[in-house]
Amino acid sequence: MMKSIAFGAIAAVMLATGLMVVSSKNLVRAALWLGAMLLGTAVLYAIMDASFLASVQVLLYVGGVITLMIFGVMITRKHEGLEVPAETMRPSRAMAVSALLFLALAAAVDKTEGLEQELLPAPPTTADLGRAFLVEHVLAFEVLSVLLLGTIVGAIVLARRRDLGAAVGLFPATPPMPTGSVAPTDEEPGSKVAA
Amino acid sequence: MTLSHVLMLASALFCVGVYGLLTRRQAIAILLSVELMANAANLVFIAMSRFRGGVTGQVFALFSLAITVAEVAVGLALVILLYRSHADTRVDLASELKQ
Repeated sequence: MMKSIAFGAIAAVMLATGLMVVSSKNLVRAALWLGAMLLGTAVLYAIMDASFLASVQVLLYVGGVITLMIFGVMITRKHEGLEVPAETMRPSRAMAVSALLFLALAAAVDKTEGLEQELLPAPPTTADLGRAFLVEHVLAFEVLSVLLLGTIVGAIVLARRRDLGAAVGLFPATPPMPTGSVAPTDEEPGSKVAA
Repeated sequence: MTLSHVLMLASALFCVGVYGLLTRRQAIAILLSVELMANAANLVFIAMSRFRGGVTGQVFALFSLAITVAEVAVGLALVILLYRSHADTRVDLASELKQ
């Protein structure tokens, strides 16, 4: 009973903060609302007796990802101050698409049998989780660590190259080349005619 | 509090994320929406583990957490790259491959 009341309150908080994330006019505020949403998720994990995941959620997401996001917002802006305006486009169509998607998902949940069960008496403990992680799924665990290493190296390489766009020839180099200059060719002026 | 309640909440959060993904123009705001959707998926994993028994759902949720964090790191690197090449982070400006 207590858990049902807590679930209802947390669900309302998560939906409200989630809506603020997608509707806030200020990107810094949107990132902070996402932090609130992720904290609500951590509380919900704790209600569902996943205490290890709740703490990982707070450490990794609220501590790490939100900080990174705010750094990202701050680095990629032109204006001074905390106001970073967020633009939106075509809200009515997006609202129709997401409402239809929600109706489909809700109908699927409604039609499926056997979802009305209450909480099981014995939740898995953190010891069970650790054993599953390091005994049964140890190969996936190691592959995941290699993936993380590759991602970090890749992110550094991507963000470091100042002229990567120019190097692969997709974007003009920064600053853009003056329009009058033509890339030099190693063809002789008359070679086209001779060929 | 039953499994279907948690699934409904996760569906609603996912659809809020879809709405943000479709309406936002800034790349970072799109990343925030993707985080919202990934979080909803994680919630389903943990609810399944809690209501159906077994620890595999939580293992899956941990893997998915780590992968989402990796995705954020690469996504932010791409946003910084976009900002350097276009001096802006609106995604509809990066349309060079259309031409």
